[in-house]
Amino acid sequence: MTGLDGRERAKRKPAMTNFIAHATEYLPLLLHGVWLTVMITLLALCLATALGLVWALLRTSEIRSLAVPTRLLVDFVRGIPLLVVLFYIYFVAPEIGINLTALQAGTIGLGLAHSCYLGETFRAGIEAVDKGQVEAAKSIGMKRALMMRRVVLPQAVKIILPPYANNMIMLLKDSSLVSVISVQELTMQGKMLASSTFDNMTVFTLVALLYLCLTVPLNLFMRRVESYLGAAG
Amino acid sequence: MITFDDVHKSFGAHEVLKGINAEIAKGQVVCLIGPSGSGKSTLLRCVNGLETYQRGRISIDGTVVDAASPQVHAICTRVSMVFQRFNLFPHRTALENVMEGPLYVLKENRNQVRDRAMALLNRVGLADKTNAYPASLSGGQQQRVAIARALAMRPQAILFDEPTSALDPETVGEVLQVMRALADENMTMLVVTHEIQFAREVSDSVLFLDGGRIVEQGPAKELLRHPKHERTRDFLHRVMHPV
Repeated sequence: MTGLDGRERAKRKPAMTNFIAHATEYLPLLLHGVWLTVMITLLALCLATALGLVWALLRTSEIRSLAVPTRLLVDFVRGIPLLVVLFYIYFVAPEIGINLTALQAGTIGLGLAHSCYLGETFRAGIEAVDKGQVEAAKSIGMKRALMMRRVVLPQAVKIILPPYANNMIMLLKDSSLVSVISVQELTMQGKMLASSTFDNMTVFTLVALLYLCLTVPLNLFMRRVESYLGAAG
Repeated sequence: MITFDDVHKSFGAHEVLKGINAEIAKGQVVCLIGPSGSGKSTLLRCVNGLETYQRGRISIDGTVVDAASPQVHAICTRVSMVFQRFNLFPHRTALENVMEGPLYVLKENRNQVRDRAMALLNRVGLADKTNAYPASLSGGQQQRVAIARALAMRPQAILFDEPTSALDPETVGEVLQVMRALADENMTMLVVTHEIQFAREVSDSVLFLDGGRIVEQGPAKELLRHPKHERTRDFLHRVMHPV
């Protein structure tokens, strides 16, 4: 029995040590990719949040000439696959004289596409705030901008936060798509490393683990924020 | 002070106000009574521009109220409203609720606004609840905060939209008491209510609405004791003797 166990261990141990040895070798390269992934995600998230808020405010506006074109734009962008949006910005924009680096194109593409999802999330949150709140704000003479800032948005945040966290994680994962326009973020680094070492197992396991290292803490953080806001009443 | 001149209002094909004529003088307390769907609340909401009307004219001290015009916000700073469901801002304390209008709409000095808001909460008997959030207050307390919030705008008139309908019977009294005190201080008040006793004791005149028309109007005591119109008599009988 002990002999068998020993043999089993002997067979397994080198594999595990191999993995760790290779992993420490690959990690610095992959961490460079992680850094780019994080940067693209953060920049795109800022862009998507700012634009999304603009879309939501325009769409909930009482002025139809603002609301209708915004709806069309949002539906238009949402109807195109993210990959195609990225190709379009990276390959078509230069033809009309807009030259962007792969990183810029990727960030803008991600941000724009996700602004449309976020815009709809924000709009749903804004519309979910009790109509009585809007009336109360109007009844003390608030105009729309002030009412949004002081009354509606602070209450909408709580409703928006769970789907917003969801969107954040989707955006982080979607950032892997910018590898197709040659941005060397985590997925791209992994692909290059795998094709030069043929060690697919170690490389892509590491890539997956590194994505989890980003998404799991993000999830936990958002849950903390949610419960904090929930407790604030 | 508030004048209704042949006011018509429809929701789609359904006409809810069919030519309202009335005049509310400064310092008067006027109660609007009538069955559900008679147009009382709609009429009230037209006064501060929460609803638009299609025909006729509502004016406050000569200024026409037009919900579609940009000046409608200015009207709201002169005429405050108290709602059936209180509509306090849940993310702000009682004090902050009262301070919100003067601070951000009238842009008054923060310290002065705070002092005045404290005084107003004291006046409605809630000096000890300044830092409480609406969720921790009873219905009656919330409605008193809402009245303080309305008063904070230094309005020329206050509109009350069934202010006691959503309250526990036990807390109705404390809200009516605050309203009575306001009436005693000659605040102009337009009150949609089912509290017939309050209407009789506190208001100067009563408008009875049914089916979008004013069926009868007159001094409160007279109209409520000796209604002339059959429909008014029927309504009052049902309200005062429900069983």
